[in-house]
Amino acid sequence: MEQNKNICYRAVMNARLHTSVLSPVPDRLQTLKPPAMARDRQGAEPPATADIQSPPLPGKPQLVEVFADSRDVGAVGFALAQVPRAQSILWVQDRMCAQEVGQPHGRALARFGGDPDRLILACARHAGDVLWTMEEGLACPSLGAVIGEIWGEPKALDFTATKRLAMRSERVGIPAFLIRFGGVAASASVARRRWRVASAASAPHPHDPRAPGEPRWRTELFRARDARPGTWEGGYDRTAHRLHLAAPLRDPALAAAALRREGDG
Amino acid sequence: MLARPGTHGPVIHDMNAAAAALGMARGARVTDMRTLVPDLRVEEAEERLDHADLARLSHWCRRWCPWTRTDGADGLMLDTTGADHLWGGEAALIADMRRAFAQLGLTAHIAIAPTVGSAWAFARHGQEKVAVCPPDRLAERLGALPVAALRLDGNTVLLLERLGFRTIAALAEVPRAAMARRFRHGTPLPANPLARLDQAMGRTTEPLVAAAITEPLRSLRTLAEPITEIDSFSHVLDHLMRDLAIQMETRNIGARCLRFSGFRVDGGVSAIQVATSRPSRAPEHLAKLFENRIETLDPGFGFEAMVLDVIDGQDLALTQPDLSGETDTGVALSRLIDRLIARLGRQSVLRPLGHGSHVPERAEVLVPADTAMPGPARATTAKASELPAPHRPLRLLPRPEEVEVLHAIPDGPPARFIWRRQTHRVVRSGGPERIAPEWWREKSIVRLRDYYNVEDSDGRRYWIYREGVAGDGRGGNPHWFMHGLDA
Repeated sequence: MEQNKNICYRAVMNARLHTSVLSPVPDRLQTLKPPAMARDRQGAEPPATADIQSPPLPGKPQLVEVFADSRDVGAVGFALAQVPRAQSILWVQDRMCAQEVGQPHGRALARFGGDPDRLILACARHAGDVLWTMEEGLACPSLGAVIGEIWGEPKALDFTATKRLAMRSERVGIPAFLIRFGGVAASASVARRRWRVASAASAPHPHDPRAPGEPRWRTELFRARDARPGTWEGGYDRTAHRLHLAAPLRDPALAAAALRREGDG
Repeated sequence: MLARPGTHGPVIHDMNAAAAALGMARGARVTDMRTLVPDLRVEEAEERLDHADLARLSHWCRRWCPWTRTDGADGLMLDTTGADHLWGGEAALIADMRRAFAQLGLTAHIAIAPTVGSAWAFARHGQEKVAVCPPDRLAERLGALPVAALRLDGNTVLLLERLGFRTIAALAEVPRAAMARRFRHGTPLPANPLARLDQAMGRTTEPLVAAAITEPLRSLRTLAEPITEIDSFSHVLDHLMRDLAIQMETRNIGARCLRFSGFRVDGGVSAIQVATSRPSRAPEHLAKLFENRIETLDPGFGFEAMVLDVIDGQDLALTQPDLSGETDTGVALSRLIDRLIARLGRQSVLRPLGHGSHVPERAEVLVPADTAMPGPARATTAKASELPAPHRPLRLLPRPEEVEVLHAIPDGPPARFIWRRQTHRVVRSGGPERIAPEWWREKSIVRLRDYYNVEDSDGRRYWIYREGVAGDGRGGNPHWFMHGLDA
C-alpha cells in the first residue's frame, strides 16, 4: 500500500511537470489506483477520480465545442493547439464575437503553428450564417480545420445544427471547433467533446521572470462520447505542435504553492 | 501636347493644332521645344490606351460595313465593297461618316478609293478633306501626290526625294526594269516603292483582313408562358447553365462573372450577378453561387425570356485530374471562397495580408479573400524573419478601447486596470515594446505607443498600450488602451 502511494505521488508529480499526453505514466497510475483502494486506505472521501485519469487522446476529426468566458481567449489557443499544422483554416465569427473579442491576428498564428497566408476569415452577421459557413467549409476537402465562434446562446444553434456539423466533420475528416464565448452549455448539443476552457497562470518566461510565458489553460471536459470527462491543465507544446494535458495537483496546498512559485517566477 | 519617353529624355508624341502652329514637330525633344515655348503644357502619352480606344472605334465602325480594322496608331480601314449602296452611294456614306465622327468630337479625313494603298494616300496626303476616287481616275489623281503617300518608311522617302522623285507620277514614269534593279524583289514592303506602287494601283492584291468578332457567351431561353415561380427560375437556370458550360468548353473559357437576367412581360429586366475568384465552368459550382440570390429576382407579372451570359471570362484550358482522382486543393478552396462570397458578401470573406509596417493595425490588413496574392509582399517579411518575431496577441480588437489604469511607477507597467467596467489586477507584465508613429504617413500630433503584454490574476492575457509619454508635447497625460487579447 505504502509503495503504491509513493508511486502514485510520483506519477502525479510527473503529470504536474507536463508529461506528454502519450506518456504511459498516467495509465499506469490508473491501473495502480482504483478508487475503491483509495477509500480503503484513507477512510475518507477520495478526490474525484476524474482528476487523476488519463487525458483523452486526440481523437479522430470531429466536432468539438469549447466554452469560454467572453473576456478570455484561452479557448482560441486551446483550439489552435489541436488544428493540424500549416493547413488552410476557415475561421468564421459572428458579429458580436468580432466586436467583443476581436478578430484573429494572422501574425500571432505562427506561434501556434499556423500560417496566416492560409487563413480565410469569414464575418457572419448572425449565428445562422456561422453555422452555414461552417457546413460549407466542411464540404471542402482542402481545409485543415474549421473554427467557428458564436456569441451567447442563439436559437439557431440547436440539436439539429450541431448534429449536421458533427456528422459532416466526421464524414469528411476535418476537425471542427465551435467556440462559444459567453455560452452556458444550456442547449442540447451533439458535439463529440464539450470543453470548458479558461486561462490559468502562464508558464515562467525563459528570459524575463516578470513577463508572462507560454500560456496554460484550465480545461474541463464535461461531456464526451469517446473519452471520460475530467479536468486537466492544458498547455501547448510548440516544437511538437500538440496539446498537453496534465492532471492538476490534487493537494490544494501544493497547488497554491506551485502557483505562487510560478507567479513569482 | 503629349510626350513619350525617348532615348534621350521625353520626346513629343503628338500635339494639338495650337502647338503645331507654333512649330512643334513629332519626335522632337520636349526640352528643345520648351526653350522655344516656355509655357508648353506637356502630358504623358498613354499609347496602350490609345490603341485600345482605336480598336473599339474600329468595332464601332462596323455600323457601316462588316470589314474594319485599325491602321497604325491613328487610322481606320473599312472595306465598303458592296456596302455603300445600303447608305445611298459613296457620297452619302461619307456624309454619314462625317456626321457620326463629328458627333463623337473627332476630326476625320475620309477617302474612298479602289485600293487600300490609294485610299490611304488620299486620306493622309490628299488636299481635300473628303475624297472619292473613281477607279478610272485613280492613276491620274494618285500621280499628283508626293512619294510619301506610298506608305514608305522615312529613309526610302528621303532616298526617292534625293533621286528627284517628288510625286508618284514621276516615279511611275520610270521604266519598271530600272526600278526593279534598284529595289530588288524581296525588299521589305515599306522600303520597296515599286511594290507599294503596284499595291496602290491595284496591280497586286491587298486584301483587308478584319479582326474577327468574338461572339458573346450567352444562352437564352424564351418561354412559352411567363413564369413567376422561384422553382422554375432555378429550373431554367440549370438548363441555361448546361448550355453555357458546353459553349465555354468549346471555346476554352472559364467564367469569372456571370449574369442571369429575366425579361419581364412589361418590358423590364431583372438581373442578378455572381463572380468567381478563379475561372470556372463547372455547372454545379456556378449554379450554387446563384442559389441564395435567385429569390431576389423580381418577376413582376412574369418573365417571358431568361438569359445567362458571361460578362467576364478568362482562358481556362481543359485539365486532367491526377491519377489519385483527388480534386485539386486550390480549386476546391477557391470554390469555397466563391460560395461564401455569394452568401456573405465580398467584404465579409477576408484574408490577412501583411504590410511592411510596425503599427499593428497597419502591419496586417484584411483584404477580400478573392484578391490575387501579391508576390513581393513576402519579400519584406523575409528579412524580418531573421529577427525574433515580436510578440503579437491572438486577437486584435476592431478599435482600441480605452482603459483606466493604476500603475505603481510612472511610465511603468500597469498594476491594475479597468476594462469594460471590470477591474483586472495585473500579476505579470512583459514589455514595453515601443512603436513610434510613422511620421511619413501620419500627422505630427500622433503619439508613440508603449505596448505591454500583461497577465491578470486569473491568467488572462491582454495586450494594452500607453499612448504617448508624459511631457512629449503632443497632448496631456497619456491614455491607456486595450488593443488585443491573447491566449
